[in-house]
Amino acid sequence: MKRLEADGRHRVGLALNGREASGWAEPRMLLSDFLRHELGATGTHVGCEHGVCGACTVRLDGTPVRACLTLAVQAEGRRVDTVEGLAPEGELTELQRAFRRHHALQCGFCTPGILMSLTAWLETNPAPHEGEIRELLSGHLCRCTGYSGIVAAALEIAEAQAGRRADD
Amino acid sequence: MKPAPFDYLRAEAEEEAVSALAEAGDDARLLAGGQTLMPMLNMRLVEPAVLIDISRLPGRAAIADDGTAIEVGAAVTQASLEAWPALAGRAPLLARALPLIGHAQTRSRGTVCGSLAFADPAAELPLCLATLGGEVVLRSRAGTRTLAATAFQTGMLSTACREDEMVAAARFPAAEPGAGYAFAEFARRHGDFAIVAVAVIARENGLRIGVGGVAERPVVAEWPLLEGDALDDALDALAWSLDADDDPHVSAHYRRALVQGLGRRTVLAALEART
Repeated sequence: MKRLEADGRHRVGLALNGREASGWAEPRMLLSDFLRHELGATGTHVGCEHGVCGACTVRLDGTPVRACLTLAVQAEGRRVDTVEGLAPEGELTELQRAFRRHHALQCGFCTPGILMSLTAWLETNPAPHEGEIRELLSGHLCRCTGYSGIVAAALEIAEAQAGRRADD
Repeated sequence: MKPAPFDYLRAEAEEEAVSALAEAGDDARLLAGGQTLMPMLNMRLVEPAVLIDISRLPGRAAIADDGTAIEVGAAVTQASLEAWPALAGRAPLLARALPLIGHAQTRSRGTVCGSLAFADPAAELPLCLATLGGEVVLRSRAGTRTLAATAFQTGMLSTACREDEMVAAARFPAAEPGAGYAFAEFARRHGDFAIVAVAVIARENGLRIGVGGVAERPVVAEWPLLEGDALDDALDALAWSLDADDDPHVSAHYRRALVQGLGRRTVLAALEART
């Protein structure tokens, strides 16, 4: 059994967006703070810190989770994907471009979390309908857009994916 | 909004977890999915000296079907049970209830046993376990004991689980041939705790109905097959028996009306679902 003392700082290594990264964390440090303050990955935003707003959503081993409800030490040795990993070469993903086209963001605070949820979900649910998209978005709070633009962007990608599969 | 300091123990075997629990006692908390405990830590509603992480217990990450019950280990997330291929056929009530728990982004970490251990009166999984007549497996250094759902959940946020025990697994009775299952809840927003939740099993010659969100814990009633006015009368009596209270969300009257309306709709859906 691994025991990490409360007042010690412990080395935590993980694969951030496919690259090895490491930093130091007390056991109580949240993954959201570890990403931002230790690894400098400030694309992940911190809103409510009790799992409600969805701004800090990242992918842990591929699955969307709340970084504020995960300890940094729990991510030891695992793969963490954040919004920075979506466009590593500066070229936006199709979903990000659709967000721009549909005005799916204004202030942008909630956007990183929503992009991580939708990206993961569109991979596993290639042809969702609007109701399913809205259900997924219920895990995120956006106070600017009224969600319409976000739904429109996600639907556009879903339809494009469905069309591509029909062509195959 | 940051947790107070604690020692972190990552248990790699159940024996380690229960030993650590026996040694730390009241000062320890088990961390499984953390979707309830982590907010409580962040808000400093709890300040344990030791956190024992059981989320990676290799022996308790499985869903097992022994023919009569579906056994779900302590490390199984709500999302992995939701994705279990046999779910709709073997546990139709759970198949209907799981998508209503929190959000996809919290079900990915939140565990089935963790929800039972927290014992919120409005939570879906304790209601399912009580309505199905399931069991909880408790493990301590002294041994293992199995409690019926009714003996396990003793009240609001309280269970018969001792300080030195962990919820090791839950056993949900498998689908009965021919029976119909239905689950419905009313909440202001998707993902919120239900104001009222209802689970129903419709058998050839009777109904079993469970209600959550009103009393301190899920309440289950057994009825013969009822319809029309007789069903309404039974739901009315059930609603009044639950001692609903006014709270900042809704009035007692509103809760009783929900038990009646949602109850009727859920009974009819379960009857319809019979095969």
